[in-house]
Amino acid sequence: MLIEDEPNIAEAIRFLLTRDGWQVTALADGGVAEQAVRQDRPDLVILDLMLPGRSGLEILMALRADPALSGLPVMMLTAKGQGRDREAAERAGADLFMAKPFANAEFVAAARSLVGL
Amino acid sequence: MPFNLLVLACLTYVAFLFAIAFAVERRAQAGAAGWLRSPWIYTLSLSIYCTAWTFYGAVGYAARSGLEFVTIYLGPTLMFIGWWWVLRKLVRIGRQQRVTSIADMISSRYGKSNLLGVIVTLICVVAATPYIALQLQSVTLSFGVFAAAGSYGWVMPDTASTGLWVASGLALFTILFGTRNLDANEQHTGIVIAIAVEAVVKLVALVAVGIFVVWFIADGPADIVTRINASPIADWELVPTRWAGLIALSATAVITLPRMFQVLVVENSDERNLATASWAFPLYLAAMSVFVVPIAVVGLQMLPAGANPDLFVLTVPLSVGQGGLAMLAFLGGFSSATSMVIVASIALATMVSNHIVMPVWLSLRPTREVTGDVRRLVLNARRFSIAGVLGLGYLYYSFSGGSASLASIGLISFVGVAQMMPAMLGGLFWRGATRVGAAAGLITGFVLWAYTLFLPSFGPDSVFSLSVLMDGPLGLSWLRPQALFGARGMDPLIHALFWSLVGNTTAFALGSLFSFPSPVERVQGLAFVNVFDTERSEPQAWDQGLIDTEELLKLAQRILGDEPALTFFQQATQEQGTDGYLPDPTPAFLEALERKLAGAVGAAAAHAMIAELAGRARVTVADLIRVADETAQIMENSSRLEHQRAELERTARQLREANEKLTQISIQKDAFLSQISHELRTPMTSIRAFSEILMEGDVPPEMAVTQARIIHEEAIRLTRLLDDLLDLSVLENGTVQLDLRLVSLTELIDRALRAAGQVRPDQTFVIWRDLPTEALFIRTDPDRLAQVFINLVSNARKYCDARQPEIRIAVKQRGARVIVDFIDNGSGIPKDKQHIIFEKFARLTDQTRAGGAGLGLAICREIMANLGGSITYLPAQGGAAFRVTLPLRLEKPKYSDAA
Repeated sequence: MLIEDEPNIAEAIRFLLTRDGWQVTALADGGVAEQAVRQDRPDLVILDLMLPGRSGLEILMALRADPALSGLPVMMLTAKGQGRDREAAERAGADLFMAKPFANAEFVAAARSLVGL
Repeated sequence: MPFNLLVLACLTYVAFLFAIAFAVERRAQAGAAGWLRSPWIYTLSLSIYCTAWTFYGAVGYAARSGLEFVTIYLGPTLMFIGWWWVLRKLVRIGRQQRVTSIADMISSRYGKSNLLGVIVTLICVVAATPYIALQLQSVTLSFGVFAAAGSYGWVMPDTASTGLWVASGLALFTILFGTRNLDANEQHTGIVIAIAVEAVVKLVALVAVGIFVVWFIADGPADIVTRINASPIADWELVPTRWAGLIALSATAVITLPRMFQVLVVENSDERNLATASWAFPLYLAAMSVFVVPIAVVGLQMLPAGANPDLFVLTVPLSVGQGGLAMLAFLGGFSSATSMVIVASIALATMVSNHIVMPVWLSLRPTREVTGDVRRLVLNARRFSIAGVLGLGYLYYSFSGGSASLASIGLISFVGVAQMMPAMLGGLFWRGATRVGAAAGLITGFVLWAYTLFLPSFGPDSVFSLSVLMDGPLGLSWLRPQALFGARGMDPLIHALFWSLVGNTTAFALGSLFSFPSPVERVQGLAFVNVFDTERSEPQAWDQGLIDTEELLKLAQRILGDEPALTFFQQATQEQGTDGYLPDPTPAFLEALERKLAGAVGAAAAHAMIAELAGRARVTVADLIRVADETAQIMENSSRLEHQRAELERTARQLREANEKLTQISIQKDAFLSQISHELRTPMTSIRAFSEILMEGDVPPEMAVTQARIIHEEAIRLTRLLDDLLDLSVLENGTVQLDLRLVSLTELIDRALRAAGQVRPDQTFVIWRDLPTEALFIRTDPDRLAQVFINLVSNARKYCDARQPEIRIAVKQRGARVIVDFIDNGSGIPKDKQHIIFEKFARLTDQTRAGGAGLGLAICREIMANLGGSITYLPAQGGAAFRVTLPLRLEKPKYSDAA
């Protein structure tokens, strides 16, 4: 599941992952993200840091607080790329932190590694 | 003299007065009117005490009842000389509490009770009715004298329709004079001057007739004395009760008549003027009365037995062919009548609108919110009240048949307004006086007055049948209107005065003793009784925490008007040492605001409005204790300490604000870098991802096109961001080249609307403009200014969340500056965000990414600084509102010439 509010970036990631054989559900609003994750139980959540409605960090903390979801792999995306954001994301329990812009091959490899492919 | 010439003379005279009033108001606005506040003007304005009754009626009074007419002048003289300290207290309270009328004063003293305001207003209106009828009657009679003397020209209509014409003319004149604008403190400088001029005219006219009678008809003072001895006036005997009663009555009336209260207290511009008036006003009265007896005596001797003595001032000169002198006398009488009617109806209209119309409107209004322009409502209420008051006067005139003598009509009014005396004096000197007592006293007095004097004045068989008058209602003889409780043989006037005041005072005293004052009453009672000791006491401390300043501003705008309210709030903010339009709701500010509002709508209404916003309608005991503590504390501190404390507070506030700003700037610096990084990386991500995909070369062609388009779009977005950043840095450094040209503001706004139309083109916006006000040519950089306008209109189109969005563009010129307001009807910008919207990347919501990077308003601010103007957010306009201020003609800055 992809939670990203920039439509063009979401489009690029969807294209990359679909081509690699993934099934991608994309969301643009942070407010409904947690609920969607609970319902769909995806294999991987890709979460943007700055989102309308609710920030990526908050969503991550909410997911990690639930024992049923604590093992779910989460990749954080951010365009700020500062050390502080990375630290905060890791503290909140992100499995991987990816700075924008990224290399496509690196991105797909990271996604695969998170689900153990 | 032909009737049409007479009408022409009156109209010319009125036009002359109007011109004086108008010119004086213009000068007063320009600030060049120091002499207007002189004690002489004040004293002359007090002379509206002398109405047509005094001018015509005193002579008639003397002819009928000898020297008794002197009581009408002796009362005020005693009041001004002997009770000077009472007047001083009244004036001081009036100024301190910003009292707008006698009703306001009494309502204010008894806990800002509107019930009392209504009672006093009703008493005043009813009591003034015969008085106004008297003026109509005297003007009509004097018209009649001239019309009878002439034989050509128009024929004068019958007296009833003349009365109607006079009433309508006076109503129109008063409306034009008195309700042109809503004065902040109910002072009417122009009218006061017009009254002063009329005071001089009537004095000169009466003295001229007097001199003519003494030295030209008679052979000087000695001859007059002989004539007096020979006339019936010499047989007059003093009736002590009537004499004393009338003196007390007129002394009371001089401060309780609504029009006297208006000039004495409300229009008073300097308390010291009272010192001069205390001897000069009695002198004026003496001058007005000195020739009364000679004119009466000569009139009685010269004219046939049936002649109306009320008109001797006119008929004596006419009978010896002195048309010019008679004309002067006519104008004097006309002056007396018009000045009384103008001031009385303005005073009454103020009361009616403040105590009846405003409260009704406040309670009928469905929401707490104050909507619509209250000023228009208030002015219209006053206009209708003026017409109504004169209409009542006319009705009384036609019902009473216009037959009674002038003096007896005037005395009915005097007894009516005297009913206010116990509540007023009691309120000034007795802290135990309560609202219940005041209301009981006023109602009792009013009812007794109406029963014993006012209603019988219509004559037998009009209101009361003859049998009621003779045998009492239902045959109960002790209830006879003119002989209550068997008090037979008393003069009807003294009978009414005695019973109404006894009843009134008893009810007032008992009511006060057996009721408990509310907290507000206690505070106000203290402020009134100890007015000279408690200069600094705050009559009311509002709970600051509950008050939303923005709501207050909305309220003030409705009542004072947009610009004056904004100016008032801006000044208050500056006095607190910060800037913007929203001051902290300190007790001092709220008090100042309440008084300012009270000047326009009366104390009770202003208090109610602010109380409503403060979420609380009455003071608790705890508040009261706090007020008392604060008062004690302030009184302990010397004024120097007080001053220093204020200074420290101001400095502290400034430091606090500076510190806040610095902290914010430091946070913003970090945030700025982070933001730039974010704004650059976001488009870059899509570009990099899609270009890598395209480089691999295995994408179907149609998909490749889409992806190339995305790359293109994002590249443009990057360019735009860089352009904006560069633009901003050029503007911030002040190195921008301005291309100054003369340009039509209308065209610029047209251009901005066209360009901004591309934003959300699907949404229809209603645009409100006032083209005539936009017709200005300004010298500025048109492209830069258009950039600001486009930005503001686009923002409105983007963010206005109203269902039927509207944008209002209002242009004003203030001297060499032009103000352009852009106001939409959306939900506006929350108060805590208002001061950050002009910062870089200060996008309020992340939801609306309509392509901007949050630099638009920051650029606008820099552009306006470069154009020698400013852009600010205007709070409380019912939506997001931006004010662009710029110079009408921008001169090229020196450095750009050198560059």
